[in-house]
Amino acid sequence: MRTIATCLGLAALAGTIVPAVLFMLHAVPLDAVKSIMLLSTIVWFAVAPFWMKVT
Amino acid sequence: MNATASLHATDTDTSTSRAGSEFERERVPDSELKGPSAFWGMYAGEHTAGTEFMIGPLFVAWGASAAGLIFGLLLGNLLAVLTWRYLTAVIACDERLTLYYKMEKIAGRNLVAIYNLANGLLFCFLAGSMITVSATAVGPLFPAGMIEMPTFDSTLPTGPAWIASCIVIGAAMTLVALKGYGVVAQMGHYAAPWMFLVFLACACVTLGKLHSLDVWQLLTPPPGTEQKISFLGIVFFSWFCNAAMHIGMADLSVLRFARKPTAGWASASGMFLGHYVAWICAALLLVYWVRAHGIDPTKGKDPGTMVDDAVGWAGLICVIIAGWTTANPTIYRAGLAFQGMLPGISRTTATLMAGALCIAAGIFPAFAMNLLSFVGLYGTVLAPVGAIIVVDHFLADRLGIPRDPAEHTGSTFNVNVLLAWLIPVAVALYCYRVHNVFASYLPLPSALACGFLYYLLSKMSSGRAAAART
Repeated sequence: MRTIATCLGLAALAGTIVPAVLFMLHAVPLDAVKSIMLLSTIVWFAVAPFWMKVT
Repeated sequence: MNATASLHATDTDTSTSRAGSEFERERVPDSELKGPSAFWGMYAGEHTAGTEFMIGPLFVAWGASAAGLIFGLLLGNLLAVLTWRYLTAVIACDERLTLYYKMEKIAGRNLVAIYNLANGLLFCFLAGSMITVSATAVGPLFPAGMIEMPTFDSTLPTGPAWIASCIVIGAAMTLVALKGYGVVAQMGHYAAPWMFLVFLACACVTLGKLHSLDVWQLLTPPPGTEQKISFLGIVFFSWFCNAAMHIGMADLSVLRFARKPTAGWASASGMFLGHYVAWICAALLLVYWVRAHGIDPTKGKDPGTMVDDAVGWAGLICVIIAGWTTANPTIYRAGLAFQGMLPGISRTTATLMAGALCIAAGIFPAFAMNLLSFVGLYGTVLAPVGAIIVVDHFLADRLGIPRDPAEHTGSTFNVNVLLAWLIPVAVALYCYRVHNVFASYLPLPSALACGFLYYLLSKMSSGRAAAART
């Protein structure tokens, strides 16, 4: 379970920054950036509790 | 920044209900000490917050130069880290006490309650400014023009819709603070890495929209821009925006759990990720609006609109969460402070009082839009108290003044501390108000003067006491 959460979490973090970098390099349109970032945000908050331990 | 109080919520405690639960009135035992890794994430999360969305653009509004933003912020944040490492962390690991318990030993319980109140009030205004920031993220969710957003020169509410937004957001934050601080602390912990990447994403999108990777040129103000903050001003701002935490010793309460003083280096994650990078990323947002839309930088643009334009709903969620995770523990902590001042009231009532004050502050954009000054004043009022602890810890024995005098005499109110604290603060506030001295220049001289006055007054008191005995 934790492995799946880790993979999804990393994918979500990548989905938060990579589209923006690609936009900066004029590789993707802004609408795609916003959509992917929103999806990544939802995924991140869904999996973060399973991945990140709070001490 | 912190400006922030996210993980200090337990420290305000003057209520008996939490006594002993977090070693609030004893040294932290060796078995509870943590390695440095426990602090790196904490500092990164604490200093990537809603304030960053305001501070970056405010630098642009104040005509900050590219050199100031790139090198001045670097230097100032480095100085902040060094202060944490070589002052705060050293005392924290030696004493292993909370700021409040250490102050109680020096100043007496009743005087600490006054410090608590000052801290609580200032935190309410800070939380209010975060309500303002979060409220700007609500506007883009409604039809254009339905909620008028404040600008940098706004001091009064912009209309009924704005007031309603602030009340709803502030009420929600207060209700969560009533339920317990733990949930929001968890949310802040989860949000931190994602939030940092959203800041970076905002910068990347802005560079893409401006068709330029020349950050230096983009951060250079147009010719003729009035420069209201100098290189030195930026250095001092970034050094002392968290004055209450490092030189003011509030982070004793956190770093007392560190195994070694080297844990103080962990503040670098907050200073260089949360402050340095996030502030520059946020500044670029306003640069885009000035260059592409021709807005007046001195009036600025609210964070919600800028972030929505850059990265859409993910950004709006980030603005709300960033403001929330800063404001919520602050409301909780302010409630504890008020409860300490008014022992007959319940924590619920105290938290509601704090929440109401935060909402009132949030409705008036003045605090958020003047964050560069407010943060400096915040440090000016609270940092001097840390100087007293520095004198007590490092110099008392050498200078021949008593250590922990209130504890040894049984006093609940050390007048020397009160005078040493208030006189420099009064002078500093006079300089700010009458002579327009930049607020961030004031914490350091106030702290130095406070430390010197404390030594002087303590020496005179101990001399009188010795004379009385003979």
